[in-house]
Amino acid sequence: MALLEARSISKRFAGITALDDVTLDVEAGEPVGLIGPNGAGKTTFFNCLLGMLRPDGGRVVFAGRDITRLPVYKRARLGFGRTFQRIELFAGMSVRDHLLVAERSHRGTGALWKDMLNLGRPKPDEIAQADATLELLGLLDHADKPIETLSLGRGRLVEVGRALMTEPKLLLLDEPSSGLDRTETDELVITLQTVQRERGTAILLVEHDVEMVQSFVSRLYVLDFGTLIASGTTAEVLGDATVRKAYLGEYV
Amino acid sequence: MTDFISYVLRGIPFGCVFALVAIGLVLTYKTSGVFNLAFGAQAYVSAAVYYDTHVRHKWPILPAFALAVIVVGPLVGLILDRVVFRFMRTAPHVARLVAALGLLVAIPQLVNLWFGQSPSFGVEGIWPSSQGSNFAVYHFGDYALNGDQVATLIATAVVVIGLSVLFRFSDIGLRMRAVVESSRMTELSGINAGRVGTFAWMLSSLVAGLAGVLLAPLFAQVNANNFTILIVAAIAAAAFGRLTSIPLTLLGGILLGIAQGLLGGYLPPASVLAQGLRPSLPFIALFALLIFWPAVRSRREVTDPLAGVDPPPPGLASLTRGRGLTWATRILAVVVATGAVAFVMGSNYWLLLGTQAVILSTIFLSVVVITGMAGQISLCQATFAGIGAFTTAQLVSEYHTSVLLTILAGAVLAAIVGGLLAVPVLRLGGIYLALATFAFALMFESILIPLDWVGGGAAPIKVPRPTIGPVDFANNRSFFFLCLAVLAVVSVLVIFVRGGTTGRFLDALRGSETAAQAIGINPARARIIAMALSAGIAGLGGGLLATQSGLAQPADYNSFLGLYWVVLVVTLGSRTVEGGIQAGIGFIVVDELLKRIGVNSSWEPILFGLGAITYARHPEGILEFQKRKAMAFVQRHLDRMSGKSQPADQLAGAGDGGAVAPATTPSSERVGAD
Repeated sequence: MALLEARSISKRFAGITALDDVTLDVEAGEPVGLIGPNGAGKTTFFNCLLGMLRPDGGRVVFAGRDITRLPVYKRARLGFGRTFQRIELFAGMSVRDHLLVAERSHRGTGALWKDMLNLGRPKPDEIAQADATLELLGLLDHADKPIETLSLGRGRLVEVGRALMTEPKLLLLDEPSSGLDRTETDELVITLQTVQRERGTAILLVEHDVEMVQSFVSRLYVLDFGTLIASGTTAEVLGDATVRKAYLGEYV
Repeated sequence: MTDFISYVLRGIPFGCVFALVAIGLVLTYKTSGVFNLAFGAQAYVSAAVYYDTHVRHKWPILPAFALAVIVVGPLVGLILDRVVFRFMRTAPHVARLVAALGLLVAIPQLVNLWFGQSPSFGVEGIWPSSQGSNFAVYHFGDYALNGDQVATLIATAVVVIGLSVLFRFSDIGLRMRAVVESSRMTELSGINAGRVGTFAWMLSSLVAGLAGVLLAPLFAQVNANNFTILIVAAIAAAAFGRLTSIPLTLLGGILLGIAQGLLGGYLPPASVLAQGLRPSLPFIALFALLIFWPAVRSRREVTDPLAGVDPPPPGLASLTRGRGLTWATRILAVVVATGAVAFVMGSNYWLLLGTQAVILSTIFLSVVVITGMAGQISLCQATFAGIGAFTTAQLVSEYHTSVLLTILAGAVLAAIVGGLLAVPVLRLGGIYLALATFAFALMFESILIPLDWVGGGAAPIKVPRPTIGPVDFANNRSFFFLCLAVLAVVSVLVIFVRGGTTGRFLDALRGSETAAQAIGINPARARIIAMALSAGIAGLGGGLLATQSGLAQPADYNSFLGLYWVVLVVTLGSRTVEGGIQAGIGFIVVDELLKRIGVNSSWEPILFGLGAITYARHPEGILEFQKRKAMAFVQRHLDRMSGKSQPADQLAGAGDGGAVAPATTPSSERVGAD
């Protein structure tokens, strides 16, 4: 049984079929890619997985449990971590605070009476854990900086770190290369590979940068006009004639 | 049947005025994205001008009308746009709401300075008639309308048709629609968004002026409160039109007017229901609409496609200071606090004021929790304080319970009410919490307080001072120390909660709700906790206030105070415990100062109301901002003297977008009185 099973997901917006019967699996610990040209329905699919949108048909099963109707924050607690295409950080907080708040949320120790007795402050082991993650991402030097002073590339790493602090079983990355240049993208890929290796986190990467996907994932799904047109190992899919026609076009 | 139709007819002109104001609200919201709570205040300006010229100075109707509606109305809009709202087009919703709130508090007071405080009767409408417009009666079969009512109907029809045509067929209408989507995108296509925005403000202000002049004769007097409360009816009508549709808004307003007319006609006039229910119908309607009508909820707030180019919202002015300075400020704080306590002890007069300041500081900490920490605007903090006070009073007088216990019971009850109120309302988010809490405050005031088992009916209930063992707090001095102790405990609690899990969750939610959910934070739960905590603190303070004065007086907890307190705390510092305490002291001290130098006391709300407009730039409050700037200056000076080369404010530019370094935040708090 796969970690994430999306079964026949469909979504329509006012007569337009954005997703039609899309089925996708992610095994535990496996890096998987989902690619497709602009407007193929990648983000819609992503939002259906995360609970930002409710699919019109189909089911999302995570670790054997049907989560189709669960709200976003409950999915996060089950083990979904995510990053955003347009970066979403907490204004006014330091880098380390981003990780601490995620860790706190993961452990679910938010009782008001504990706060009132001053038991709610971060403990040394929590701070150490946050710092270990920052080190993994190469952000330790920036730990105390306000988030506003970071570049976009580092901001995205903070998002990864924040997601990792909730100890996700599956990390969903929404176009992590958008807005980054080639060098920054390469660095991000190396970091993500380290994370995937060291933490054993499954990753679903939604991208249109084929080069980035190629260097990272073992399996690939291709979406076009809301339907899945190919799936399989990366080499197979990228060699497929339909995919080349629909998506890669003449520039390969 | 004849009765029915005449009640309906009687309600329609009121409904038309509600609709006019609501259409003005929708117009401002559609064209500038500001939910203009000060709209009623704008209407009041024109009504006051019309009354002053036409009734007091005997101007003929036409020039008086022209001055009040066609000149003064748009002029107010022009000023508001040029001075306040044009700088807020990209500000967050809460900041715009706070600015409107500040104006709602300040404008009527400014007008009263010139117009006089007392309500003015004998208002004449705009219908030309030799006997006065109220007496010009026109018969339509069995039914009759007077001149004012006819004028209202005609004016409403003209406005609705005119605006519909403007929006649908004219160039400027199209531009206004574009500007609200994204003023910057519109500018990229060569349109001066500033000018379009100004036009929209002048237009909506014209509608406000018209509504004000039409409304005054229907209420038979010109009184600022009528105009403030009018806004609630208008909001209900606007919510019916989902804040976008002018025809639906019109329908909503008229339905509300008819319902009020019917209630007035069929309920026996002397019953409690008639006296409480009829005036509070708009509040109930608004409350029900917000909570039960899914269409309102599903509406998304407009997001600017170019929002990405905005600079991040200003953070708190950064505060980094060395150990020496931290200790210096702490010692200074202790010295000042001791000095203040000693001074207050010196005279009975100041003891009274000092106790009041301490109790108000406690209440204002509730605003720090809900506005400063949770980033939400609640306009019923005075009502929560009232719940605390009335619970205390009722329990003591009915069951003779120990006073301290009843104060705690009041706080708990207020917390429960706050939490329950938050459950349906917080899902709405954005401006709706403010609207629903305001409706709740007015509802509480007009329906519950008059009841025997709440406000005590005609005479306010007496509340004795508490005793603990041998200590009798009937002595004003020991009571002062009791209040001081309560303030200290609450301050410490708030500081702990802010540094703990709940505080972090709220920080995250303020930063980005989407991202907070993505890491598993339940936004509703965090905010309900914040609301309950805030209501509980307010209830505690309210109980103390009743105990201090010896009476649970409804006037001490009226809905207007709820507005004013928010404005006050936001101006003086809503982000920190220190800020809340400053607000408590400032409220008393400024009032006293104005009294001593012989300035009209209306200047206090004007001062704080206008101060609240700065919230967009300094979310920590202007006083707090200046204090932090001064502190940073001293620190730099100290560093230079001691020859240290590294600048203390490495967080770059105190106040210009720097953030608070987590390690230094706690040291910026001072516990106890300043």
